[in-house]
Amino acid sequence: MSETNDTNPSLNELDAEHWLQAYEQMVKIRTFEETANELYTSARMPGITHLYIGEEAIAVGVCEALRQDDYITSTHRGHGHCLAKGAALDKMFAELLGKEAGYCRGKGGSMHIADQETGNLGANGIVGGSAGIATGAGMSIKLRGTDQVSVCFFGDGALGQGLLYESMNMAQLWKLPVIYVCENNQYGEYTHNSKAAAGSMVGRASGFGVHAQAIDGQDIRTVHATARLVIDRARKGGGPAFLVCNTYRFRGHHVGDIDRPYRTREEEEEWAKRDPLTLLEDWLLKSKQAEEHVLERIQQEVKTAVDDAVAFAEEASFPSESEVDNHVYA
Amino acid sequence: MSTLENGIHCSPAIHAPGERQITFGQAIREAIAEEMARDERVFVIGEDVAAAGSVFKVLVGLLDEFGPERVIDSPISEAGIAGIGVGAAITGMRPIVDIMFGDFTTLVMDQLVNQAAKTHYMSGGKLTVPMVLRTTLGASRRSAAQHSQSLHALFSHIPGLKVALPATPFDAKGLMKSAIRDENPVVIFEDKMLYQEQGPVPEEEYTLPLGQADVKRTGDDITIVATSSMVYVALEAVEKLDSIGISAELIDPRTTTPLDTDTLVQSARKTSRALVLDEGYRQYGVTGEIASVIADGAFYYLDAPVKRIGAMNVPVPFSPAMEDLTIPNADYVVETAKSLCG
Repeated sequence: MSETNDTNPSLNELDAEHWLQAYEQMVKIRTFEETANELYTSARMPGITHLYIGEEAIAVGVCEALRQDDYITSTHRGHGHCLAKGAALDKMFAELLGKEAGYCRGKGGSMHIADQETGNLGANGIVGGSAGIATGAGMSIKLRGTDQVSVCFFGDGALGQGLLYESMNMAQLWKLPVIYVCENNQYGEYTHNSKAAAGSMVGRASGFGVHAQAIDGQDIRTVHATARLVIDRARKGGGPAFLVCNTYRFRGHHVGDIDRPYRTREEEEEWAKRDPLTLLEDWLLKSKQAEEHVLERIQQEVKTAVDDAVAFAEEASFPSESEVDNHVYA
Repeated sequence: MSTLENGIHCSPAIHAPGERQITFGQAIREAIAEEMARDERVFVIGEDVAAAGSVFKVLVGLLDEFGPERVIDSPISEAGIAGIGVGAAITGMRPIVDIMFGDFTTLVMDQLVNQAAKTHYMSGGKLTVPMVLRTTLGASRRSAAQHSQSLHALFSHIPGLKVALPATPFDAKGLMKSAIRDENPVVIFEDKMLYQEQGPVPEEEYTLPLGQADVKRTGDDITIVATSSMVYVALEAVEKLDSIGISAELIDPRTTTPLDTDTLVQSARKTSRALVLDEGYRQYGVTGEIASVIADGAFYYLDAPVKRIGAMNVPVPFSPAMEDLTIPNADYVVETAKSLCG
């Protein structure tokens, strides 16, 4: 199922500097999410949020292969995608806290962060709801004649949605530059995918003739190498691809899902051995591309940046009442 | 005919002499072709829109004129093409998504209601969805319950969407052009029975604003508000009422969202009576909203309760013997108007 980089020398193109940048992005997402959880448990954040912890290698591995003008669509579990595509910490936290300084002026919140400047067409509260949007972005790219690429992130829960299959069918018919990235974190909300997805996951796409493969979603080197190949292929007119990235949601469905009666602690411990951050750290150290103190410095810098961003967000103003019916229509 | 300048009340006469006459369907086609020629971002996607020129033949010739890249035959995937429309619109295109029958808009609900309508707001005004979804409404084609509904009320309910229901070729062209140029998602409902209806449409360029009602006939005794093909039912009723000495004012809102409440209220204040006519199901239909707007705005001027007439609250039946019973007709409108004016 999974591919390793060692069989293909072209897959290890990134130099140490870039791997450290990818590491920093992963640490940023992990720290952001842990902090979001703290904001929830300390009742400093309205509503709930869905944490991406455990899946960081996918967002970063894919987005590090994208250009700023490439598009992504994201999900309810979307902070990782937004940050990996270049979103700023302060505007992210401000949005989570419902502040006017947030990416959506406090109108979207955790599940709807969009940022045109970094090509983020929006996280989505409807499971699978962005499959059409990402495909439409691909259609737009084709009609405008650019060499951009559109990436649709979604979870294995979205495999139950018909829109995904309508979209993939058309993307293949018209050779649209769309990469469908299925983050198979094993659970759709509280239901294991063995109870939700019959047959083969990759077979769903290969049946349409879409290039499809399943990979290890915990290993950023595998994710990145595979993403580069399919993204470059799409950029050159080769059409869509479908990646099933096998991963695990280390936390509950959302921050309030702390008991997790639908799965065992043993299963969680097994997956915790394959923490994507630890895997990258181990490889960076073992291959002597970074020393321990460099990684620690990155962690500390990210922690400081996250603390500053939270302070900014907490001090920021709530939107004024006049904002409530602004932007209903353009 | 009144002036075209500023697009204000441009089509009071439905059969004005001395002007070029084209059909409703030709007016729609002309609007789309003109906008496609004017703006290369405009494209059409839908089932049988290209090679077949749409099932109602409204788009015949577009494929030859603009090519398969901009007039795209899609699979039978309503939700998918609506989603493609949203994504293309967000990223700089101006898609026209063609949904063959209004009944099939139930299949695009999430893409319209949760995606298109909310994207601008949820993004704090950063993203826009300049997309048109054109579809049909109306019974009387003996097409039974899944090809005959008038479902515009569903979309009129949703903040973030605009909904247009042209009744005349003139309105169809002007509203379609405005819809294509609008920065928001606009749903246009075209009555299938109107495609062959002739009417005056000037050769020269014009658009009609979304959100401006049109006074189709002026009158003094009662205001009749009618949408889409019900404008013709109302016109027939207006003429019958005229022959018995009741002068009716006929207003077509042309768009249900946004709704030109001022024109409706002013007319009801003038005539003191109002009747609202629409082909959607009567229960929770647009007639309820319009009647409420009039009752609120003209309460102290009214001599009778505001009445509303809609389609019967049943699935549209197949048999002509039954189908015709479900749709408002001129005689019923006349009787209702007489009862208000009695």
